[in-house]
Amino acid sequence: MSAPIQLRPDETFLLNVGPQHPATHGVLRVKMQMDGEYIVKAETVLGYVHRMHEKMGENRTYAQYLPNLSRLDYLGALGYTHGHVLAIERAAGIEVPERAEYIRAITVELNRVASHLFWFGAFVMDLGGFSPLMYAIQDREHILDMLEAVTGARLTYCYYRFGGLYNDVDDDFIEAAKRFIPRMRKSLKKYDALVSGNIIFQKRLEGIAPVSAEMCRKYGATGPVARGSGINFDVRKNEPYSVYPEFDFDVPVYHECDSLARYKVRMDEMEQSLRIIEQGLEKLPDGPIMVEKKPKTIKLPVGDYYQAVETARGSFGIRIVSDGDKNAYRLKLRSPTYSNMHLFDEACEGMLIMDALAFMGSLDLVIPEIDR
Amino acid sequence: MGGYFSDIFYGSKSLLIGMSITFREFFKPTVTVQYPYQTLKMSARFRGHIELIADEDGKPKCVACGMCQRACPSGCISLESVSVDIEVDGKVKKKKVLSKYDLDFTKCSLCGQCVENCNFGALEFSKEYNLASTRKEDFHFNLLKRLEERNA
Repeated sequence: MSAPIQLRPDETFLLNVGPQHPATHGVLRVKMQMDGEYIVKAETVLGYVHRMHEKMGENRTYAQYLPNLSRLDYLGALGYTHGHVLAIERAAGIEVPERAEYIRAITVELNRVASHLFWFGAFVMDLGGFSPLMYAIQDREHILDMLEAVTGARLTYCYYRFGGLYNDVDDDFIEAAKRFIPRMRKSLKKYDALVSGNIIFQKRLEGIAPVSAEMCRKYGATGPVARGSGINFDVRKNEPYSVYPEFDFDVPVYHECDSLARYKVRMDEMEQSLRIIEQGLEKLPDGPIMVEKKPKTIKLPVGDYYQAVETARGSFGIRIVSDGDKNAYRLKLRSPTYSNMHLFDEACEGMLIMDALAFMGSLDLVIPEIDR
Repeated sequence: MGGYFSDIFYGSKSLLIGMSITFREFFKPTVTVQYPYQTLKMSARFRGHIELIADEDGKPKCVACGMCQRACPSGCISLESVSVDIEVDGKVKKKKVLSKYDLDFTKCSLCGQCVENCNFGALEFSKEYNLASTRKEDFHFNLLKRLEERNA
């Protein structure tokens, strides 16, 4: 890896990775100019699943836009819908009952664990190990079953409403979640022994694809990618929202800047999410799950609103410019993977192609969320 | 050179640990559901496509107010009504009766806004999920007809 690269421009060739390639986790296309197995220059090409989500936000009423948010990131959809409802509630001055906020936090964290589990499986599969994906999916299945019983959907949730929730959680859910936490902790130990300790895994990630904190700031990378580069930034801690200040949890930060650090951040985050769920279930107050005077149609006062939340992939921001009408004048979605992905072009110059694909896995890309 | 041998030792140990875990997984019970031979019961809140709810007489509860149509983000509901004369206590009154309720399931995103916005409790989610088809027409549901078929 550290061998000097002899650039011979006359002998380079162009390699297309994607848009239909399993290593890119979706319809992302990477144009790579190769010198043998080394990448001279890489260029990511976006837009294959562009669905005009921002424009739809301008044409639909705020309530009608609810199902769109869960179509951005199909692995951690609840975090995105959470950001949307929080933005509208803050702008319209709606006070959400405490129970509703607790349930939101619990379900978002469950969804974060599910998202990280799937990433874990897919990432190890990128590196050539298939069994961890099966184990991760089995654990994820428990979460999806729980969330299905509550929200009525397994992937594209539409659970949060302006001022509360669609419906309340029952005792079955609370029991299932309490049973899930120790089981998941046991699984995490298993993953640690099976994958983290594996020599092939370590050798393929250690010191590979260094992304400096400087580069993270330059491209606006957030989430586990930035935290793996030593940037201690988590929206839940730095700009607290919802009921997160009530919870006691740590933000895992690693300073190695390599692919292994990003892996470790996510594995530690799962444990922190379990801690939040545990505390949330303990503290869950009784009470209503919807504001008493449920707003019929939402009209935001004229202004410019922004809300950021920490999703499984990083800081997701939604900006709404309102002209006082039933729908937004302009709606901007700041998606974390979009910024995280743009590191790729610069970071993988001079890298071996197999290292570059492992690096892409460690970025945890979800393409529909990049293209929106 | 020492690093080389310790790598070999540590490496083979880590591989053995990994293999012991995968070996133990062999003897765990199978969790896979053998669809289509086995099926799962959908949860109570499962959101399938919508269905009309009938009243005691088997007529749809729907009063054709059109709230669901207006609430739908994708515009997949289209309903029509006719005005009929009915006799109440000897007086002839005009009443709106649902004559057509079509659901274009190709556009539906299963958000549930229609059920939530219905003030008369006339809509519910079906538990149907075996909807795969290669023809577009199979996803244009005539909900009135489906209701009659369910009554019969």
